Amino acid sequence: MYPGKFDYHKPDSVAEAVALLGQFGDDAKILAGGHSLVPMMKLRLAEPANLIDVNGINDLKGIREVDGGICIGATTTQAEILASTLLAGSCALIPEASALIADPQVRYCATAGGNVANGDPGNDLPAIMMALDATYVLRGPKGTRSVAARDFYKGVYTTDLGEDELLIELRVPVLSGNQGSAYEKMKRKVGDYAIAASAVVLTMNGTRCESAAIALTNVAETPLFAADAGASLAGKTIDEDAITEAARLAMVIATPVADLRGTVEFRTAMVGEMTRRAIRKAVARTEEV
Amino acid sequence: MAKKQISLTINGRSVEALVEPRTLLVHFLREQQGLKGAHIGCETSHCGACTVDLNGKSVKSCTIFAVQADGGEVLSVEGLSSGAELHPLQEGFFEEHGLQCGYCTPGMLMRAYRLLQENPNPTNEEIRMGISGNLCRCTGYQNIVKAIRFAADKIGAGEGAD
Amino acid sequence: MAEASTMTLEEREATLGGIGTSRKRKEDGRFIRGKGNYVDDLVLPELVCGDFVRSPYAHARIKSIDKAAALELPGVIAVLTADDLKPLSLHWMPTLAGDTAAVLADEKVHFQNQEVAFVIAEDRTTVADAIQLVDVDYEELAVLVDPKKAMDKDAPILREDVAEKDNVGQGARKHPNHIFHWEIGDAEQTEKAFNDAAVTVKESMFYQRVHPCPLEPCACVASMDPIAGALTIYGTFQAPHVIRTVVSLISGLPESKIRIVSPDVGGGFGNKVGAYPGYICAAVGSIVLGRPVKWMESRMDNLSTTAFARDYHMTGEIAADADGKVAAIRCNVLADHGAFNTHAQPMKWPAGLFNVVTGSYDFPVGFCSVDGVYTNKAPGGVAYRCSFRVTEAAYLVERMMDVLAQKIGVSKAEIRMRNFVQPEQFPYNSCLGWEYDSGNYPAALKKVLEAVDYEGLLKEQAEKRKQGELMGIGIATFTEIVGAGPSRNCDIVGIGMFDSCEIRVHPTGSAVARLGTKGTGQAHETTYAQIIATQLGIPSDDITVEEGDTDTAPYGLGTYGSRSTPVGAAAAARAAQKIRAKAQKIAAHLLEVGENDLEWEVDRYVVKGLPEKSATMREIAFAAYSNVPEGMEPGLESVDYYDPPNFTYPFGAYVCVVDIDRFTGEVSVRRFYALDDCGTRINPMVIEGQVHGGLTEAFAIAMGQEIVFDEIGNVMGASLMDYFLPTAVETPEWETDYTVTPSPHHPIGAKGVGESPNVGGVPAFSNAVVDAFAHHGVTHLPMPHTASSVWNAINGLGLNKQP
Repeated sequence: MYPGKFDYHKPDSVAEAVALLGQFGDDAKILAGGHSLVPMMKLRLAEPANLIDVNGINDLKGIREVDGGICIGATTTQAEILASTLLAGSCALIPEASALIADPQVRYCATAGGNVANGDPGNDLPAIMMALDATYVLRGPKGTRSVAARDFYKGVYTTDLGEDELLIELRVPVLSGNQGSAYEKMKRKVGDYAIAASAVVLTMNGTRCESAAIALTNVAETPLFAADAGASLAGKTIDEDAITEAARLAMVIATPVADLRGTVEFRTAMVGEMTRRAIRKAVARTEEV
Repeated sequence: MAKKQISLTINGRSVEALVEPRTLLVHFLREQQGLKGAHIGCETSHCGACTVDLNGKSVKSCTIFAVQADGGEVLSVEGLSSGAELHPLQEGFFEEHGLQCGYCTPGMLMRAYRLLQENPNPTNEEIRMGISGNLCRCTGYQNIVKAIRFAADKIGAGEGAD
Repeated sequence: MAEASTMTLEEREATLGGIGTSRKRKEDGRFIRGKGNYVDDLVLPELVCGDFVRSPYAHARIKSIDKAAALELPGVIAVLTADDLKPLSLHWMPTLAGDTAAVLADEKVHFQNQEVAFVIAEDRTTVADAIQLVDVDYEELAVLVDPKKAMDKDAPILREDVAEKDNVGQGARKHPNHIFHWEIGDAEQTEKAFNDAAVTVKESMFYQRVHPCPLEPCACVASMDPIAGALTIYGTFQAPHVIRTVVSLISGLPESKIRIVSPDVGGGFGNKVGAYPGYICAAVGSIVLGRPVKWMESRMDNLSTTAFARDYHMTGEIAADADGKVAAIRCNVLADHGAFNTHAQPMKWPAGLFNVVTGSYDFPVGFCSVDGVYTNKAPGGVAYRCSFRVTEAAYLVERMMDVLAQKIGVSKAEIRMRNFVQPEQFPYNSCLGWEYDSGNYPAALKKVLEAVDYEGLLKEQAEKRKQGELMGIGIATFTEIVGAGPSRNCDIVGIGMFDSCEIRVHPTGSAVARLGTKGTGQAHETTYAQIIATQLGIPSDDITVEEGDTDTAPYGLGTYGSRSTPVGAAAAARAAQKIRAKAQKIAAHLLEVGENDLEWEVDRYVVKGLPEKSATMREIAFAAYSNVPEGMEPGLESVDYYDPPNFTYPFGAYVCVVDIDRFTGEVSVRRFYALDDCGTRINPMVIEGQVHGGLTEAFAIAMGQEIVFDEIGNVMGASLMDYFLPTAVETPEWETDYTVTPSPHHPIGAKGVGESPNVGGVPAFSNAVVDAFAHHGVTHLPMPHTASSVWNAINGLGLNKQP
């Protein structure tokens, strides 16, 4: 309940934040929403000597259209995502997932950047970003680089983010009228991490699927991009057989941990079921347009 | 591990204080400001008993450092009523038996306060979703929902402070 | 003399806010303003804080404890270990069950997170820093977590401290890990009934370990006044006087020098009855340092070390005739008590009141045996709205009645109707030794079945089953037993389980009442005032109710097992009646008539036949201090210690309708209808609130709660991340109803209701889930009915084939 001691820094700019990261290395942690970090500090599972509070950096805020896509500042909160008419109209998959993260209080603080960057396999936005083929923009001492979400996750709490780098924004696409998306998350109760979850983005051409992207949450050490499952829908009419096959291919790559959320067998079966439901919903949403 | 000077407004009152960076907002409020309304029910940020309103947002004060509230505005349960007049939410909890042991009540009230700012006329389902970050062991929530509904109706009718 | 009253009788009644009214609560004012007075709110001068170094291992020897680094940290005052408590003989303490429990681990630890050292420092942050610096060297030992293996020849011996003893306070035992054997009933006749029976059913079921998890964790502030030699302990205590007596017995301080104060408590649910190491260590710290010491546990401490609930491995059997009319019941239980036997219940009843397992049914004969064992888990067992193991018993019998119904091929309502104890059989002597006071079970069930259109639901279920859908209808018609209890068979550390109320009426007509019970959210400040208001004709608004301070409250056994209404309220009613008796004499004196010429009317004595000649209680009160009849003492007060003649037997009928998603196993509660009969209803609004809360706890238990251990005793799920506390989203809407069958032996006919919804709720949910699979021959499914568990059943039965 009582965190260990630390020095507190509140930089005004990305450059200052990056300089601090360079100075302290792994003796520092970024404080964004803090709702993953602070609980760990209270349990003394994390004892960083320095916290770098990035909530005052203006360049990390805001949601805006850029180059035909949408740029989400890293410290954008889940609540801000939910309030964004831009995202509701152009990339509804993201607020759909945000609404399923934690609870109202946490959503007021928790950030998109924290959710995609801290490497917790239970976080919801990573699979969303994979399904959308989103890009993360990172800034380090050597400058700026972009990494595809699909290439970002390496292991539990391990990502491509360097110790001296800061995630500054997320680049996501504007979904068009012939694209349908859905996120199906099974959980024990509101606010919990997923037993299993599946994000689907379909690009339809009439009744045929042109392409599909499927990504899975909390059924492995990282979020999973189910390439084969998505590919299996391409060029097909999405009937129950196609859905079953896609679900099977999703289940095949799942290696969930057995824990209090369920057995390996159960969680694997559920990622299949969530995939089925997400595909059906994504199809229905395309038909609505 | 130097202490930090912070200044903020709490229930409309200007406050200056010196805090260790690691001091959580809930401990700052309870122990340095003597505002005991925010309660502690867990250490994993689940129960919501510590909920206050910070800069127009419902936050779990046990998961925020006091330094993060520097320059900000805190509204806690102690600031809900104006003098002798109860806030419609407080009235609602009283009228509808929305509390038993009272431990979750300040957090519920502060969350409900912001909920009604977000959505002045919520359905019962929206109320339940709106308080999903606040746990209660005594009431089973049913009367809490009625209490919030009472307040929404009263505020909506133009009676009482909002 | 008499006031001319311009109010009608109804208006005068309404002014009283007495029994039967849904008056608003008197205690709310401070809580809605955030001005409650909980233990952690307390600030005393020179306060210091303490907390524990806890064992990471479930079973280990302590080789050494190195305090040096911790003691060097600025602000650290002391680090106590068992060695520091030994000279005071406080390293172990007697439990309420006749066993001993470690205060600080003495040479070995018996469960994960057990208290090993108590660090005291100027503030809690320093305490937390110092805890990390205490270095304990452990030698791990073989761990016992399976109670079924506890009495194996080669089982590791857990309690070396009592290994040589042939009993640990509950009779002869047959193995060092065995705590007690208890049995009741007629084994021989029961065996005969089973042999002769046309139909027998048998089922094993596990009532999983859960935890009451009140929102406020346990806490205390212990403050020794070295000048007066007096110890005050503020704490989360459901039974303050018992704590005072126990502290006196173990410390040697006389009770006259001990004050226990239980202020506002944020929920108890049986978690806050016993004495925990935190209280003892804080007290010792304060005595040694001469400064107040505050201890408050974390949520994880609370879930993993304080009084858990249930953990009963049960086998139930019922014998019946071909029509399902029951002939006998037999059950045996293996009770996992954890490392120490600390259960808080009447001492002569090691399995609590489990022998109410005959429930609402007329079993001619029965037999029940329970064996308790030690394991490397936290101690406890009796908690969580259980009415002393009644939740376990009700679960068993309600499940078994369903199993019988399925065997016979009749509905779950019909099997109950055929077997109910009938109204004319009361007072009813059950074959396992209880005398049920009153009840009308058929009327309750009929009312509920009609309200939910049971026949319609059965039809709908039949249709749905044809479509392969899973819909369940669960029924629970429970009878429970509360109000411990008659001193002839109920005591705690030897003290009879009476309770008490002291009332003093002031000259200007208001009153104060103090009781030996202690509310933790149940509206005692309101409901006791209502009872006294009706008796005394003083508005409940003008009656202040106080509990929890042993310096002022008469001795009581506290609140748990729903005993406040059956015992405390009886004392309140009788104390008020004593005042009425004196008031009548004073009224006669004032009105210059004989006592027998008077009759009581709402708030005054009226001369029979002369309605204008009256004396209100207000007038009588003033007269008590200014104008009493010759030979009478002034004043208007009384005290009553009530030793109940019997327990009370609230009952109810609950119906639960569930729909199960056959692809995910998720159970959705479509409807829950709860009818409770708690006898005379003091405040319907409060009763409804109690039922809502109890049903929500029952829902949590049935659907998701479990404290689990791995094979080396690591406790899993002991935080709110995993321990299922439903939010407002998961919690169903509750429909409540009632009948009123007063208790014939209670002064106002009231029975108590707090725990009924947990007693009846859990089997209602569980029966509904099993019922959803009954057509596939499923007779039992284990709790909790998580999606994972239910899906397992679905998958095993092949019910989830895609369309």
